[in-house]
Amino acid sequence: MTERDQEVNLRRRLSGLSRLPLLRGARLNGEAERLERQLERLKADTSDEAIWHSVELARHQDRPYTLDYVGRILDDWVELHGDRGRADDGALVTGIGSLDGRTVVLAGHQKGRDVKERLDRQFGMAYPEGYHKAMRVMELAERFGFPFISLVDTPGAYPGVAAEQHGQGGAIARSQAEMSRLTVPTVACIIGEGGSGGAVAIAVADRVLMQENAIYSVITPEGCAAILWRDAGEAKKAAAAFKPDALHCLDLGVIDGIVAEPEQGAQADHAEAARLLKAALVDALDYLEGIPGEELRRRRRAKFRGMGVYA
Amino acid sequence: MTPPPETRIDVQVEHKDAPAPAGKKHPNTCPKCGSHYRDDELAAALWVCGQCGHHFPMRARDRISWYADAGSFTEEAADVRSDDPLAFFDLRPYAERLSEAELNTGLGEAIVIGQASLDAHPVELAVMDFSFMGGSMGSAVGEKFSRACDSAIEQGVPLLAVTSSGGARMQEGILSLMQLPKTVCAVEDLHDARIPMIVVMAHPTTAGVLASFASLGDVTIAEPGALIAFTGPRVVQQTTREKLPDDFGLAEQNFRFGHVDEIVPRPGQREHLSRLLRLFDGGQR
Repeated sequence: MTERDQEVNLRRRLSGLSRLPLLRGARLNGEAERLERQLERLKADTSDEAIWHSVELARHQDRPYTLDYVGRILDDWVELHGDRGRADDGALVTGIGSLDGRTVVLAGHQKGRDVKERLDRQFGMAYPEGYHKAMRVMELAERFGFPFISLVDTPGAYPGVAAEQHGQGGAIARSQAEMSRLTVPTVACIIGEGGSGGAVAIAVADRVLMQENAIYSVITPEGCAAILWRDAGEAKKAAAAFKPDALHCLDLGVIDGIVAEPEQGAQADHAEAARLLKAALVDALDYLEGIPGEELRRRRRAKFRGMGVYA
Repeated sequence: MTPPPETRIDVQVEHKDAPAPAGKKHPNTCPKCGSHYRDDELAAALWVCGQCGHHFPMRARDRISWYADAGSFTEEAADVRSDDPLAFFDLRPYAERLSEAELNTGLGEAIVIGQASLDAHPVELAVMDFSFMGGSMGSAVGEKFSRACDSAIEQGVPLLAVTSSGGARMQEGILSLMQLPKTVCAVEDLHDARIPMIVVMAHPTTAGVLASFASLGDVTIAEPGALIAFTGPRVVQQTTREKLPDDFGLAEQNFRFGHVDEIVPRPGQREHLSRLLRLFDGGQR
């Protein structure tokens, strides 16, 4: 690609960005400017480095997790435990809460903060039981007409013997199917790692958002490198090749909007990151509120069915 | 006295009849019992080992001409091809891998779809082929499968899907992951239209394909010994260091844990499918 093409490309992306409902609101005007600066940086950058920077920030150990956001974004949060079949999966938390005066149902992956919690929550990698729990609260949302919000932050679904025996593949498939059936407004946001099937299982939403430094990918950079380069050490090269960063996801039509983060990244200022995320979620729900349920479902399916590039 | 092996001069010359390198058996040699077959013997036996019952991989075209009544198959969306949206380059460019796969398999993509009849039951077929880049699902495969769902709805006939895939096609990055919700939505449209979907899981049905449309059939049958797993045994072993059960991830274990309705060996498959199609049709035929 020539310099000129690249510039045209970036301009196009930026005009896409400014069209987003999220960035139109007065309170986010400054963010649009900042994103523009960032785009300029990206243009100057070799961009492979910028992508890898996103990968590092998305996995930063101080990055806010689902429950950090829940505490700052929702009032009256009540966590709901268990899949009513086998277990309560700590890697995926679910509950009911109040967002800006609306009752919403929320599900999100939860990594652990310290070693013990990380082990208890399997580093945010859910078993089928986690997805069963998510499906259970999706049904609850549907029954009472509450909007459904999901926060995605997982390296992937748990790769273990019991997880397979309990039907990991089927659980991920059925969780997507359940989301494609809902007639309530649904908003998903990738807040860290959007790793493969384990992520998309709860991200078949009307509006799919992504934080600025989050990543969304079909496989971890290490996994891709191990398979295609036969060397997990080539993760940087792999990430540069399959482009899991928010801008590329927006470019490919996979997500509907980017949620700005504090200047240094979400890990630097949890409160500010939460404020920005809350504003984006409320904006998205406002946008979806007037649309009848059947129409929401039709548009959601049409959106996902239109994804992909082929000849 | 024989010299130690490393000082021996290697006089083996490569030619087309040379034995395959160690560890890589001839494709017609049964990996389970070592029996060897001629091409025509294997084809006549539906690519099942007569000695031990091992199911060799079956090409999409072969399976279609076996399932479909003679002359009944009309292919659809044959011109849909993969694109290279990321200009992906690993050790080799994706575009090169694609043209090589097309050349080697004679297929445009890893799935073949079309209308047919099976024992006079009209049916829409969507059959995957593992030989085309490991049956991986990129945008073109997702699109063709979704079109098969639409075609089944339009004709009002059941969809019969045969899966054989290593998962999503990494070379298409996030777009390949998006084929999961895409195909799931297509199946949901099929369910809404009350069109039956029967899935035959062949070896291997893994990762992205298992985590999407393959798991959503009204009836699911599996071929004996097929690997049916979201995460394959090698990766599970490496990441968790767990001791794996002998039949980990195989069709037999999936049956025991309730993930498939039946394991049906190839010789009885056509009749089994015909019975299911008759029942879904209300039994008039």
